[in-house]
Parts: sequence; C-alpha cells; structure tokens
Amino acid sequence: MDNTAQMEHSGADHHHNPNLAHHFHDMEQQHESIKLGVWLFLVTEVLLFGGLFCFYAIYRAWHPEMFIEVNQLLNVKLGALNTLVLIFSSVTVALSIRSIQMDNKKHAVMFLGITIVCAAMFLVVKYFEYSHKIHEGLLPGKYFVNPEINAVNPHIFFSIYFGMTGLHALHILGGMTFLTWVMYRTHIGTYSSSYYTPVEMGGLYWHLVDLIWIYLFPLLYLIG
Amino acid sequence: MYSDSEKNFITHPKGIMSWLFTLDHKRIGIMYLIAILTAFAAGGFFALSLRLELFRPGEQFLTQDQYNKFFTLHGAIMVFLFIIPSIPAALGNFLLPLMLGAKDVAFPRLNLASWYVYVLGASFTLFSVFTGTVDTGWTFYSPYSTQTSTSVISMTLGVFILGFSSIFTGLNFIVTVHKMRAPGMTWYQMPLFVWGTYATAMIQVLATPVLGITLLLLILEKVGGIGIFDPKMGGDPVLFQHFFWFYSHPAVYIMILPGMAIISELIAVHSHKKIFGYRLIAYSSVAIALLGFFVWGHHMFVSGQSEFSSMVFSFITFFIGIPTGIKIFNWMTTLVKGHICLTTPMLYALAFLICFTIGGLTGVFLGALGLDIQLHDTYFVVAHFHYVMMGGTVIAFLGGIHHWWPKIFGKMYSELWGRIAFVFIFVGFNMTFFNQFMLGSQGMPRRYHDYSSFLKTDLFERYHGFSSYGALILGVGFIIILCYLVASLFNGKPAGNNPWGGLTFEWSTTSPPPTENFKKDPVLKHGPYDYDKVLPKDIEEN
Amino acid sequence: MNERTFNLPPPASTIAGAYDELFYFIYGLSVFFFVIITVGTIVFAIKWRAKKGEEQKLTSGFCHNTPLELLWSIIPTVLFFVIFIWGFKLYLRYVVIPANATEIKVTAWQWNWNFAYPEGAESNILVVPKGKPIKLIMSSNDVIHSLFIPDFRVKMDVLPNRYSSMWFQSDYEGEYDLYCTEYCGQQHSKMVTRVHVKSASDYTKWIEENSVTPTGDVLYKRYACNTCHTLDGSAGNGPTFKNLFGKSETLTDGSMVNVDENYLRESILEPQAKIVSGFEGSVMPTFQNTINNDKLDALILFIKSLKEE
Ligand code: HEA
Ligand code: HEA
Ligand code: CUA
Ligand SMILES: [Cu+2]
Repeated sequence: MDNTAQMEHSGADHHHNPNLAHHFHDMEQQHESIKLGVWLFLVTEVLLFGGLFCFYAIYRAWHPEMFIEVNQLLNVKLGALNTLVLIFSSVTVALSIRSIQMDNKKHAVMFLGITIVCAAMFLVVKYFEYSHKIHEGLLPGKYFVNPEINAVNPHIFFSIYFGMTGLHALHILGGMTFLTWVMYRTHIGTYSSSYYTPVEMGGLYWHLVDLIWIYLFPLLYLIG
Repeated sequence: MYSDSEKNFITHPKGIMSWLFTLDHKRIGIMYLIAILTAFAAGGFFALSLRLELFRPGEQFLTQDQYNKFFTLHGAIMVFLFIIPSIPAALGNFLLPLMLGAKDVAFPRLNLASWYVYVLGASFTLFSVFTGTVDTGWTFYSPYSTQTSTSVISMTLGVFILGFSSIFTGLNFIVTVHKMRAPGMTWYQMPLFVWGTYATAMIQVLATPVLGITLLLLILEKVGGIGIFDPKMGGDPVLFQHFFWFYSHPAVYIMILPGMAIISELIAVHSHKKIFGYRLIAYSSVAIALLGFFVWGHHMFVSGQSEFSSMVFSFITFFIGIPTGIKIFNWMTTLVKGHICLTTPMLYALAFLICFTIGGLTGVFLGALGLDIQLHDTYFVVAHFHYVMMGGTVIAFLGGIHHWWPKIFGKMYSELWGRIAFVFIFVGFNMTFFNQFMLGSQGMPRRYHDYSSFLKTDLFERYHGFSSYGALILGVGFIIILCYLVASLFNGKPAGNNPWGGLTFEWSTTSPPPTENFKKDPVLKHGPYDYDKVLPKDIEEN
Repeated sequence: MNERTFNLPPPASTIAGAYDELFYFIYGLSVFFFVIITVGTIVFAIKWRAKKGEEQKLTSGFCHNTPLELLWSIIPTVLFFVIFIWGFKLYLRYVVIPANATEIKVTAWQWNWNFAYPEGAESNILVVPKGKPIKLIMSSNDVIHSLFIPDFRVKMDVLPNRYSSMWFQSDYEGEYDLYCTEYCGQQHSKMVTRVHVKSASDYTKWIEENSVTPTGDVLYKRYACNTCHTLDGSAGNGPTFKNLFGKSETLTDGSMVNVDENYLRESILEPQAKIVSGFEGSVMPTFQNTINNDKLDALILFIKSLKEE
C-alpha cells in the first residue's frame, strides 16, 4: 500500500505502453489501482448479497420448520450438478489467466470459451428448475398458488429462493458478457504477459460469483 | 468571463460537448456542483412551503395531501440528491487529486459515469413528482409505503440508482488515496480533507449496497407482493426499518464527515497555524465511520425492537460522541497562538463549531434510552438533524465553497457581501431551528400538517411562527450568496495562486488550475500544516 | 400539579419526574460544554486575530498537549457512562409493567383510535382512573401508528402484526393531548384525541354510561367511518351513506350489486371483496376483529335510516 516503489519507477519508465492511461505514472501503478478497484467492487457485491443472506437467516430463524419442509421441494441433483459446473468453470478461468501470463493466446481463448459454455450450461439447468417451479405454482409472495403445502408462509421461502438465485443468475449473465468481451480482446491480441489486467479481473469476478453459489447451494438445497 | 488567452481547465477545450464527455475531475466536480445546487434550491423551495404552511394553525395553503408530499420531497431531495453527494462529489472531486498532487482520480471514466448515473437517478426521483409524487416520508416505512397508491416505485428506483453513483465515487476515492499520492506523501502528510473524504468513501462503499438491496425488495414487495415486509402475508415491517437504518445511520456520517474534513482545512489555513492533534483528527474520522455501522437501532427505541438490542444500540451510540468531541476540542485549540483572519470562510468555520455542537449534544438526549421515548418523532428530532445537517454540513459546505471559489474560478467574491450573507444565514438558521427543540420536547409531533386541534395550539403557534420568520431570513441569505458569487465570475478581482496562504498542493498551482492540474509533477517538501516552518509565499509553484 | 416549564410540559404521570431529572441533567451538561466551546472559540478567535495589514508570519508549532488531550477524551467518556446507565435505569421503569395494572385494549387504524375497557365499554377518547397503573395493549388494523401522550412522557409504536404494550399512571385529574406520532398516511395529523384522567367515582360512572351498545350514529364517528363516507350525498374516499341502502351499484369488475344487509355486512368485514367502481384507489381497513355482531347490526340500521323515502 505504500508508494515508495512507484516513486523509484516514475521517470525511468518512459517507453510508453499504449495501454497506460495518461494520469498514471507507470503500468504498475495502473495495475495496482485497477486491482484495488475491483476488490472494492467485489466487496460491494458481497454486501449486496449479504443483505439477502440476512433476510434468509432471519426468516429461517423465525420459521425453521417451514424452511425444512419446503426446502424438500428443491431439486438437489440439479443444484449439485450446477455446483460442479461452476467449480469447474472457476478452474478453467484460472487456467486462462495462467495461459495469458505465459503468452499462450490460443489456450487462453480456449479456456475462456469453456468458462462461458459452463456459465451457459448453468443457466440452462436453472431454466429447467425455474420452469418446473412455475409449473407447480411454487412462486414468491402473492403468486404462490400451490395448494398441497400446509406449512406457515411457504411463499416467503420462495421469495427468498427466487430473490437470491435470481440475483445470482443476473450476475452469471453479467460475468458471461464481460468474459465474452475479454475473450474477443484476447483473440485479437490486445493482451499479453505484459498486460492482461482485464483477464485477471474477469477471473476475480468469476471466482466471486462461483463462491456465492457455493454458499447458496447448501443454504437453500441441503438444509433439513 | 475569461479571456481566450488564459489557458485553464475552464477555457480549454471549448464547447458543450467537451464538457459533457470530459474525463477531467475538475469539470466533473463543477457539473456535480451545478446539479446539487439545483437540487438544493428545489429542496429549499419545499422547505419554505412547509414553513409557510406551519406559520399558523389550521390549513394555510397546502392540503394535507400536498403537505405530506412536500415534506417527503423536501427530505428525499435534500438527503439523496443534495447532501450525500454534495461535498464529496462536488468539492471532493475537484480537490482530491489536486491535494494529492495527482493528475486525476484513479478512474476518470467511472467518475464521469457516476455523474450520469446521478442524473439518471435524479430524473427518476423527479419523475415521481409528475406522476403523483410520494407521501411516505423520506424513510419509506412499510407497510404504508407498500399500500399507498402514490408513485413510490419511481422514487425508490431513483434512490436505488443514486446509490450506484455514490458507490462509484467512493470506490474511486479510496483507490485514488491509496495509489495516486504524490511522491513523498505518506499517509500522515495527507491534508485532513483527504482523510475525511477517505473515511466517507469507506462508508459509501460498505453501506450503500445494503440500501440497494432493501429498496429493491421494497419495490418487489410493491409490484410482486413478495411478502417479506407485508404483515398481511407473514412479513415483518420492522425488518424494513432495520435495513433502512443500517444504511441511513451510517449515511448521516457520509453527510457530516466531509463537512468536518472541510472545517479542518478552513481552521488551519485561516488561522495560519499548525493543526492541533493531526493524528487524532484523522483517526477520529475513521473511528466515527466504523462505529457508525453499529448504532442504527437508536432510531427504533419505541418501534418494538427487543429491549436488549435497544440497550446495546444506546450504549454504542455514545461512543461516537467521544471522537466527535475530540475533533471539536482540537479545532478550538488550533486557534490558540494563531494568526487568525476572520474571512468569510473562517466565519463559517467558527459558526460550524457552535451550531454543530448544539446538534451533536442534542443527539445525546436522543441516544439516552429513556429520554428518546418522549422526543422520538417530535420536532426535537427535526431540530437535532437540521442542526447537524444544515448547521453542520451545509454551513461547512458554504465555508468550503467560499474558501475554494478563488481556486476553482480564479476570481475573488465580494468579502463585504460575504459577511452580510453570513449574518443572515447564521441568524436565520438559529431562529428557524432553535425553538424547534422546545416545540419538540413540549410534544409537537413531526410530519403534522396542522396543529389546530391541540390543547397547546397557542404555545405551538408562537414557536412555529418564529421558526417561519427565521426560514425567510435564511432564504434571503441564500439569495444574496447566489447573487454575489455569480457576480464575481464577471467582475471579480483575479485571485492569484494562493489568496489565503495555504500550504497544500492545490494552492501551488494556478487558479483556475490547468487541465492536467500542475505544470510539473509535484513532490512533497513539507507537511500540509507546517505554518511554523514554511511561509506560504515561499512555497514552490507547481 | 407542577408549573409548565420552558422545555417540558408539566409532568402529569408518575414517571415524568424521573424523566425530567435525567432530561435536565443532560441539559446542564450540554449547556456546560456548549459554553466552553462557544466562549473558547470566540475568545481565541479575537485574542489571536491578525492585525489589519499585518504581514503573514511563522506561527507557533503548538500542536500537542497530552494532559489536555487526555482530559477531553476521558471526561466525556466517564460522563457518557453515567448518562447511559441513568438512561437505562429510566428505561427499565418504562418496560417493567406493574402486575396490578388495569388493561385497556387499544386498536388503531387509519385514522382513529379505539379504546376497549375491561368492563366492556369502548370509546375514542382514552378515559382512565387517577392513581392507578394502566397498561395499554395495542395493535393496528393497517399500517404502523404510534401512541404518544407528551404530558405523561410515554410513547410506543402500534404495529399491525403483533401486540405492543406500555404503561403509565397519572395522579392528576384533567385532560391531556394524545397524538399519533408515526406517519400513517393522509390524515396522520388528524389522528389526535384526548386522555381524560378521572377520579375513581367519575370513572365508574363514565364506564357505566358507556357500556350499553352505542347507537349507529355514535359508532359511525367512533370507527371513523365519517373520514371517508359522508352523510350529505357528496362522495368522499368512499361512497356516501345517504340513500345508499337499496341502491344498485356497479362494481369494478362490471357486475351489479344490490345494497342490502348482507352486502353492507360483507363490505365492513371484508372491504376489498366488492369495490364500487370509481373507488378503486381507496383502501378501507377491515373491521373483522374490531366489531361484534351487535355493533354491526347497529351500524347497518343507521345506514338504513339514511334512506329518504
Ligand atoms: C449529519 C447528520 C447527523 C449527525 C452527525 C448526527 C449525529 C448524532 N445523532 Fe442524529 N440524526 C440525524 C442526523 C445526524 N445525526 C438524522 C437525519 C436523524 C433523523 C432521521 C429521521 O428520523 O428522519 C437523526 C436522528 C437521531 C436519533 C433518533 C431519534 C429518534 O428518531 O428518536 C438519535 C438517537 O440516538 C440520534 C443520535 C445522534 C448522536 C448521538 C449523534 C452523535 O454523532 C453526536 C456526537 C457529537 C457530540 C456529542 C457533541 C460533541 C461532543 C462533546 C462536546 C463532548 C462532550 C459531550 C458530552 C459529555 C455530552 N440521531
Ligand atoms: C440536508 C438536509 C436538509 C436541509 C438543508 C434542510 C433545510 C431546511 N428544512 Fe428540512 N428536513 C430534512 C432535511 C433537510 N432540511 C429532512 C431529511 C426532513 C425529514 C423529512 C421527513 O419527515 O420525511 C426535513 C424536515 C423538515 C421539516 C419538518 C416537516 C415535518 O415533519 O412536518 C421542516 C419544518 O420546518 C423543515 C424545514 C427546513 C427549512 C426551513 C430548511 C432551510 O434550512 C432551507 C433553506 C434553504 C433555502 C431557503 C433554499 C434557498 C436557495 C435558493 C434561494 C437558491 C440558491 C441557489 C443556489 C445557491 C444555486 N425540514
Ligand atoms: Cu396514525 Cu399517524
Ligand atoms: Cu442515527
């Protein structure tokens, strides 16, 4: 966090990298700044989901029986499948960073491609889960119409379920978009071992999205 | 206003497009300044309408519905559109890179984006004015907010969007402070304005997302009936209050910390004196920011939360008074052995010490468990928060505007008119709000359109009437300020680099500064307040 | 009773004295610190003011003084502990409700109060015997309200999904204001009523007078029907009662309904079931839990009587 290092660098670094913005002294300062920025962004994401996790915790504490009863209606197999898909995609995104660090453009593009395909698979599985729920009338709040369940306030569980997984799915979509852009830029040769900040940041973001799911899965599917 | 030969960030480059697409933090700061002042004028219009309605008991010229909508708009505009972005986004944007000796903030594009997001959010908020407005109060408490047919969705969506603008600014500032300091500048050589803005940015980044998710759920509750807040569906309305205040209490420190940040600069510069207890002032900003996260329940002492939580929240609330007190005593002691010039900015700084202290001390009444029972939701609370927000932040903001005006525009305003306006503001403000303490502790509830059916109507009428006169004086004060500041742009004397004799980097460049801030990259040679070692006229020009 | 003071209304409940002591203690402290800070600021600012036209010069480097700094950190800390403990003790007196308290059931809705007494009477104003602890058990039919009696120094929110309670005891006969202090919509500022503290014998007399089932016109006001339904034929937030009985009304879904006893009964108990077209926006609270059969009959009789032949 100290800037004595960057003091020594400035001045020496005068062969201008085209990716260096005018207001930074050198690439290192730029890279460090972007990294800190992205970490802070991830913090805000954690807090955004943190709010929802609090709602989850509170309602679970208030209605423990209802949560356990209603949670049986979720499809653990599909949830587990999705967990595996996401963990795998976290590995491939990490591999793409490694490849670009070693100037292996082809592999980097390939691994990013696999990551994006995994993300798409995740969404397809979610689509099947959602449409099944909709079919059964297991919907949030006032749209909940399933007559068979006799727990107290089961609609609240589904409000929370759809709120959390829905917001998470939006993040998957966002991540996919960003990674696609990064893949294209890698393909046209913007990044190399000397500058690959966006690839790294895309990877960081993807790990977070993955991590959130790793919490969501047991909390929603595996209780009881 | 400026001749073409002067090359500075205002004149160069030219054209409206060069402003709308600018990445220059100084221009973005000015665009923010214009936006928030517009919001302030709108909020002030509603405030004066409220005061005129309350001037006498009985319905004056607003119906109940209109009154309810007006105080909601007044509160929401003042809080979300004016005071939260005011100092950080306008002055902070302009000054932070200059004070750090940097060319710009870390992410100029994000900075511009934050302005557009602000405008978008403001549009949604104002859109609700044309679709029936909102009548919930700025706190949007459920279940009333989910039941009313007014356009709560558009307003809360606006506030949700405004949150992103606040997060962008905060994130940008944290990175800028960490990574963009001039060579040689350690953490303890940063001006205290930077410390204050840094602590503010921490709250902005950590608290705003929670407000975001809460408002999102409120919107979903209203359109989709998700049942989380609605008691009819097994939800809990008090939960909404917890989440709302989890953001909105820290948010009051988003409002005051930048004000305190300004005061540190004003007092040191205008008394030409090394600031007393630099480190304690810096640490106390951070301490206030962190402690502020754990006291939200003091807004809910009578709302049905458990007695145990009330006790804990009350206890932690008092701890915020300690760092705040330290700051106030440090500023006061800074004056000792100084070389004090009672310029307009300095008058505002001294007024801050007096008014903010009243606001803070009355916060202690509210924080004491038993005492809040009588005072909650009365005019005592209204007076408390106007003393801290108006008497604290707005007064500091006015001081800051006067202090950096010559730097921003290169022109001096009329010192005489400045002092005249100051008297109007100071007298008008205290007239408006001091008697509201008595009004409140005597029992006058807030958000009341009319008090004619009370047993104590004549007592309340006296206080309310006085308060309304005060608000008019206050209004005149603001109009005077507006006039002479605009006039100074056309016929003000050139300010020179360093009209007040400051030692921080922003005074070492020309006024207005050039596009890239400095002619050469500045290097730190002395501390920000070394008035015992360096004469301002000797500082090196950058 | 004590005199009215500058800051607080005359104390009219047993808790008010303890309340006022803490209030004035903090008041004194505040004045003390305020004077120190204001006087300090002004005196220093004048004493070390720069002379007119004087050149800027180097000033003293005075920026530390450990004893002073300790002083203004430790003294407030100690005082804050005192205030906290004192405030907490006062709070305990509020939350610990005497076991022998008379229980009065309070129901709040937009925009009125209903007080139900153990002896069976009901009213819009709160009537209590002097010198006896009173416990209010409160709930709301719609949004959050809050019951505030400034002269007694008591306040508590009234919530829709649970019961909240508070207590007080007044030793002074008289009439006091009672306000709703949680913003609850359009007529929040009209949700004002009175508390009457009566001697034991007056109280018993009052209860007796009010125990009979009131007639429909009294209920019409007590349940605040009058805030939305007029008697003169003009439309308020809801349809007027004048000539309502026997009329055919068009509902929001286009169907027609004949206003008879059953329709009126349903509209009072389940207001949202059938809404007359033109009144889509207004939300009437349910009276399901507030009203019993006798009173329902009385109200319907009253509406019937408003039909002109
Ligand atoms: C800029 C904004 C700002 C600031 C800085 C503060 C500062 C404080 N506030 Fe305030 N507050 C608001 C804005 C702010 N507040 C708003 C907007 C509301 C109402 C919202 C609504 O309902 O609409 C509110 C409401 C509010 C309540 C809820 C009241 C109610 O609704 O019932 C409480 C209760 O504890 C409270 C307490 C405090 C305290 C203890 C401080 C402390 O930080 C103050 C610390 C300062 C001092 C204590 C003075 C200096 C210290 C000394 C000189 C040391 C010695 C002093 C002693 C030993 C006493 N505030
Ligand atoms: C930053 C916050 C802020 C500020 C500055 C103010 C400023 C003022 N406020 Fe308000 N106020 C709130 C935040 C603020 N307020 C909030 C949050 C509430 C609670 C709302 C709720 O209950 O939901 C509230 C509620 C509130 C009430 C209580 C309403 C009620 O409960 O029924 C009242 C009543 O007197 C009031 C009055 C005033 C007055 C007279 C001013 C004056 O100080 C205003 C002075 C300003 C002007 C007169 C504008 C003049 C400007 C110009 C003439 C143009 C100049 C233009 C340029 C410089 C470009 N405010
Ligand atoms: Cu009921 Cu306000
Ligand atoms: Cu607070």
